[in-house]
Amino acid sequence: MSTLPLEIRSLNVAYHRKMVLWDADLSIRPGRSTAIVGPNGAGKSTLLKASLGLIPAASGEVLFYGEPLKKVRSRVAYVPQRESVDWDFPVSARDVVAMGLYKKIGWCLPVRARHRRMADEALADVGLADFAGRQISQLSGGQQQRVFLARALAQKADLHLMDEPFASVDAATEQAILTLIERLKLEGGTVVCVHHDLDTVAEYFDDVILLNMRVVAKGPASEVLTPENLRKTYGARLTLLDEAVVDLSRPGAPRES
Amino acid sequence: MESFWRVLLLQDHNTRVVLAGACLFGAAAGLAGTFLLLRKRSLLGDTLGHATLPGITLAFLLAETFGFSSRSFLWLASGAALSGVAGMGAVLLIRKTSHLKDDAALAIVLSVFFGAGIAMLSAIQQLPGGQAAGLERLIYGNPASMTSSDAWFVLVASLLVAGVCGFLFKEFTLLCFDESYAQTAGWPVRLLDVLLMGLVVLVTIVGLQTVGILLVVALLVIPPAAARFWSDDLRVMALFAAGVGALSSMVGVVVSALLPGLPTGALIVLSAALFFGVSLLLGQKRGIIIRHLLERKAARRLVREHVLRAIFECAEEGRSVVSLEQVLAKRPWKKNEVVSEIAQLTDDGLLTTDPSALSFQFNGRGDSEARRLVRNHRLWEIYLLNHADVAPARVDRDADLIEHVLDQRLVDELEDLLDEKARERLVPGNPEKNLP
Repeated sequence: MSTLPLEIRSLNVAYHRKMVLWDADLSIRPGRSTAIVGPNGAGKSTLLKASLGLIPAASGEVLFYGEPLKKVRSRVAYVPQRESVDWDFPVSARDVVAMGLYKKIGWCLPVRARHRRMADEALADVGLADFAGRQISQLSGGQQQRVFLARALAQKADLHLMDEPFASVDAATEQAILTLIERLKLEGGTVVCVHHDLDTVAEYFDDVILLNMRVVAKGPASEVLTPENLRKTYGARLTLLDEAVVDLSRPGAPRES
Repeated sequence: MESFWRVLLLQDHNTRVVLAGACLFGAAAGLAGTFLLLRKRSLLGDTLGHATLPGITLAFLLAETFGFSSRSFLWLASGAALSGVAGMGAVLLIRKTSHLKDDAALAIVLSVFFGAGIAMLSAIQQLPGGQAAGLERLIYGNPASMTSSDAWFVLVASLLVAGVCGFLFKEFTLLCFDESYAQTAGWPVRLLDVLLMGLVVLVTIVGLQTVGILLVVALLVIPPAAARFWSDDLRVMALFAAGVGALSSMVGVVVSALLPGLPTGALIVLSAALFFGVSLLLGQKRGIIIRHLLERKAARRLVREHVLRAIFECAEEGRSVVSLEQVLAKRPWKKNEVVSEIAQLTDDGLLTTDPSALSFQFNGRGDSEARRLVRNHRLWEIYLLNHADVAPARVDRDADLIEHVLDQRLVDELEDLLDEKARERLVPGNPEKNLP
């Protein structure tokens, strides 16, 4: 595939007149894993959500495989933050994973045995084969995260956009996610994760995008993660950004959700 | 007495019509309400009900002014639907254009729309002729006034609700569970939302005659809330909610037929509340009693594990026959709890206890069970020792199922550690793998 999985050109996003993302320009390289890293409120999740059209962008262009999202939806899988849904919902792990197949099943048609089998396979891929029938509130946080991954997996997409998949998960889940990312890459897929842990970035990901309302640096992890770049992202906000940003960094300012 | 049997045996045509209409409405409300509840829009249902009043009164006034039948249910219902939808629109508008939270937006719209309706209603009541009586039945509900044609309307509307919920079951499920995923997957979230709220409007309109605009929300929310205590499966829950809705309506109608003078709408809601109370208590999945029992069981299991481990530790110190005192010395615990657990373990065939009940020893099954427990606990200890950088919150502890918690690689690694430690006789071998 010659076109890039994801290309973002001067994306601007504002919440209530305050800019949270300025002129983000970036491209994601195919067959690699990319981390979007930055401090709290840097607009990491916003970047993902805006490129998926979940929140409106003020301006900018987002192309998936050279096309607007509408045309290539089935090639793109989104893994939302675990906290974004109510895990008390009366469905089983298998039901949630089957949701990744709903588009394939189509309007009004029921989920059939064949689809449930596919869902079970995806669950097995994240090490939850024994938990398929379990109501989702009976799963641990890490297992819930893996259910979300399995749902994206069932979609058989080429590009996976994951919002903080490693946030407060147990060691087994962390390992399962890493294995999964490696497998997706081997199969020619591309993975983008919002990530919060600087310690593990270089170890887990090929490419890194440092973000603090603007793209501070992007490229291979080893080149991007320099003390200078990290200082620009996490430390010296004042030298880098203008007054509007100072407003945002105050307590009480809107934060990314 | 005779009237009692007339009601129960459905000898009156009128009773049959009313009963059928009310039950159908209850079922449709339970079904649509299931999704309303899961979409966390219960209060919107309430606002919707109240917001129908100005539409009803306005439709009535228009009919009076232009001189056609002001009592036609369909005409009044259309007015109700329009103003209900306008009320929902107002909620959305307030939410979009201000920083107000949902609860405030809902409260504002509910009270303003209802206030406007009440104002118009009192204007109507001052009109000569006192025709307002026809409206009261829509506020408080009076299914007894239901005619055959009304019942047909209820039937068609309920079938429509059931049909849409059935055909769009998975779409509505996805919408309620994870809207943003639905959107990225390409589902028209807005359209689905409008459809779902359309069903709720329809149910509200149908409910005007049965329970009235003030109480219609009860049948949208209470049956699914009751059903939730019985099932963790949305399919079952939806059917159960429909059943509770139908049953509550039936009980309400029958009781009010037997005890004339009591308002049917209120009786329907009260019987729904009765079902809710019963479910809250007895519900098979989340009822208070089952939760209490499960908690007690878990506590019992913990005591059992501790007792087995303590006996195992004593046995490890070289005594195959262990005395009660030695076990008690192992941990700070309640003596009678330990004594009763040991009796239980003996009954279960894990321990052989001497007649005085003061000393005991493992038999084969008890030994392998204790070995398994101790092994898992010590594996965990090693794991925690070797991954001290791992925050405790990230450790997902269920000592009984270590293979499920840690992945195979980690378990293997731990087993390696275990081999060394086993030489030091700290961790017993896996009873399943290492049986001689």
